[in-house]
Amino acid sequence: MTTAQPSPGLAAIPSLAANPVLSSWLAFSPGGTVTIFSGKVEYGQGVWTALAQIAAEELDVALARVTVAPVSTGGSPDEGTTSGSLSIQHSGSALRQACAQARALLLALAADQTGMPADALTVGDGQILAAGRPTGLSYWSLASPGVLDREAGGPVPVKPPDRWSVAGRSAPRLDLPDKVTGRPRFLHDLVLAGMRYGRVIRPPALAAELLSAGEPDLPAGMVTVRDGSFLGVVADTDAGALRAARLVAKAARWQITESLPDDRDLKGFLLSAPAEEVPVESRRDPRAAAAAATARTAEYTRPFLAHASMAPSCAIARWDGEAVTVWSHSQGVFALRDALAAGLRLDPGQVTVHHAEGAGTYGHNGADDAALDAVLLARAVPGRPVRVQWSREDEMGWAPLGPAMLARLSAGLDASGKIVTWRQDVWSNGFIGRPGRGGEPRLLALAHLAGGTPMPPAPDGPATGAMGSTRNAVPGYRIPDLEVVRHRLLAMPIRTSSLRSLGAFLNVFAIESFMDELAECAGADPVAFRLAHLSDPRAARVIEEVAEFSGWAGRPRKDGTGCGIGYARYKGLAGYCAAVAEVEALDDVRVRRIWLAVDVGTVINPDGVVNQVEGGAVQSASWATRERVAFDRAKITSVSWDSYPVLRFTEVPDVAVRVVAAPGQPEAGAGEIAQGPVAAAIGNALAQAAGVRVRDLPLTREQVIRAIEAS
Amino acid sequence: MEQQELHLTVNGADHALACDPAAPLLDVLRAGLGLAGPRFGCGLGLCGACMVIIDGKARPSCDYPAWAAEGTQVTTVEGLGHDGALHAVQQAFLDEQAAQCGYCTSGMIVTAAALLAANPAPTEQEVCEALDGNLCRCGAHRRIVAAVLRAAHQRTGQAAR
Repeated sequence: MTTAQPSPGLAAIPSLAANPVLSSWLAFSPGGTVTIFSGKVEYGQGVWTALAQIAAEELDVALARVTVAPVSTGGSPDEGTTSGSLSIQHSGSALRQACAQARALLLALAADQTGMPADALTVGDGQILAAGRPTGLSYWSLASPGVLDREAGGPVPVKPPDRWSVAGRSAPRLDLPDKVTGRPRFLHDLVLAGMRYGRVIRPPALAAELLSAGEPDLPAGMVTVRDGSFLGVVADTDAGALRAARLVAKAARWQITESLPDDRDLKGFLLSAPAEEVPVESRRDPRAAAAAATARTAEYTRPFLAHASMAPSCAIARWDGEAVTVWSHSQGVFALRDALAAGLRLDPGQVTVHHAEGAGTYGHNGADDAALDAVLLARAVPGRPVRVQWSREDEMGWAPLGPAMLARLSAGLDASGKIVTWRQDVWSNGFIGRPGRGGEPRLLALAHLAGGTPMPPAPDGPATGAMGSTRNAVPGYRIPDLEVVRHRLLAMPIRTSSLRSLGAFLNVFAIESFMDELAECAGADPVAFRLAHLSDPRAARVIEEVAEFSGWAGRPRKDGTGCGIGYARYKGLAGYCAAVAEVEALDDVRVRRIWLAVDVGTVINPDGVVNQVEGGAVQSASWATRERVAFDRAKITSVSWDSYPVLRFTEVPDVAVRVVAAPGQPEAGAGEIAQGPVAAAIGNALAQAAGVRVRDLPLTREQVIRAIEAS
Repeated sequence: MEQQELHLTVNGADHALACDPAAPLLDVLRAGLGLAGPRFGCGLGLCGACMVIIDGKARPSCDYPAWAAEGTQVTTVEGLGHDGALHAVQQAFLDEQAAQCGYCTSGMIVTAAALLAANPAPTEQEVCEALDGNLCRCGAHRRIVAAVLRAAHQRTGQAAR
């Protein structure tokens, strides 16, 4: 293996700079296939298909030859967590460059063997060609063992998009054939030899202490595990474990602390909890601000929101001597490995975490916590894999939640209707609560173990860089005098962490609702008002596009129906999205149609982008009109689909997506860009349909009535 | 939790297996017969991830006692295709790329197959109503509806020929 210094030119490709050995990214496998390794996991966003397209394109092999290796701390490149809509930028750019370098390396070997200059050779589906004719050589004949065990050199040119034939096309998803036929593919389907089944008996309150485990009358062969207030059982079958868990739960005696705020007064909770005040952005222009002729202030809120993944979390663990192997659907297997090691005082080298697919993941759900549960229960039966399945109630009641938030906005318009000053204050618990963040393992059961301490409040990331609760809190509009402040709560009675788009969902809902309110003050059309405050042509383009294809100018103006618009550039620096929603507010709030125009730069898989944006729009509509975590003073009470309703087929709007071409622009993720703009479009449409502005999410019939009564 | 011998007909094949007859059919299908298609989502019959067809009717298997399935024809997503070919609904799901994570997919396909068997040419509204007990959290709903309508058109088109 050569030991060249990583090239400084790789700084622009952070995943490759961090994992510079080419063989950590790809291998030419027997049977004429290419295996690619990524640190990014598939959870339904289609990223593996897009990464395979990138590799196939750069190597000049058919897409069908490329397989993606499962992610594991045992061999995959460490690319951190699969989050933030960054997989194509990070993993895609690394794979593209690694494949380009592997291609050049093997072409150089082919040149040596044929005596022809490398630039006279080309590749056709992995075969080395000279003047278009086979040389008898191929990647597989040239790639002797160890040939890719070398560090990437300085960046080599990659194929320009105008020469793409595999990337840039809507390749069908590689994982769907298994999923439509019901073949085992999910972690939940994995059956290991000798596997036993565990269940954890969670406390009856978020803050509770186990006084006595009692003496449950358990059948023979059950193993019970108690450590402090952590209680679990292991049985030969999952049904047996579930039955035993019920008996154990019945026998246990707990001391409960009522530690939760008042569910009916989230604003009171957010404004009265201790908080740290962090400046996010300040550009002062007192002269411009002094021109304000009209001032407005408004407050917008969102409740706690649940991930409510279709599959309750699951994990498998097996102890072999001092080492433990874990199978998890975590979004960050490396961070999970380190958190498990830190939490249980192990060396990270003792812990291996393999990823297996779970159901759709929209942020930090219960996956990592279930992994610790499995590790704790498997310790009681060394050498045997133990599978822990969470119940629906476990998932809804114990997985981290997206925090409740309050955004207070004030702005001033000058005499011509231009915004001259803006202040935005955001109150929230932190969003950055994944394992390892803030130097803490942050795994649920650690607080329940003997000697455990409550999990410290979630961090919220740096104030700049569009992180945490203040993601998209800085409006993308031209405003001379502006101040944005984050108020991060220092108490966390309800555990919070990342949920799709972080604070952008509420901030964009607030900013874009407020923009409509300001446009009304200024007597301007909402579209024209936005365009008048934008200088970025890509921003204007998505707004104009969505206005055009939704028929904004000729939108219906009848009682009970309304149309609204919402716009944001995700994180202020990534993909652009503008949405128009049509809402009916007769006996209920119904979103009928949503139109979206997006610009996510260069696109690897157009249908993949459309699918992500459609899904984001539907989920945002569900959050905006239906969802709200409910709790009493001791625990979460919205623990089933009855008490936590999400949009159903008969309620889901029609969604139409246009992808605006952006040749030459860098790739930007599509998974989170719709969340804010769609909620805002719905809010603005409802204001028109109901004739009253509703500023507290979710936008239900009850909230409309409350707003009418208050107005 | 007493074990009894239970006789089930699943995907056309007869099985005799020792199990707790009060156990949910879902457990018997997954743990007893090794079928991964019916999936656990809630255990209360509220999400549709575990849908199977029992004597022609789609219903959740997670709250259906295994004993009650004796003497019935149970079909899971694994049993929908014929002679190695996909069922029209499965093919249409691929054609429309009608999924994101795919965890709810087998339940959706089972519900849709039962709908089309009973009503070969449903309206869009009828498709939505039939699928209302199947939850999707990724937001693939509109693609799923398009896939079911596509499958219906294909099958009725073929029948007309």
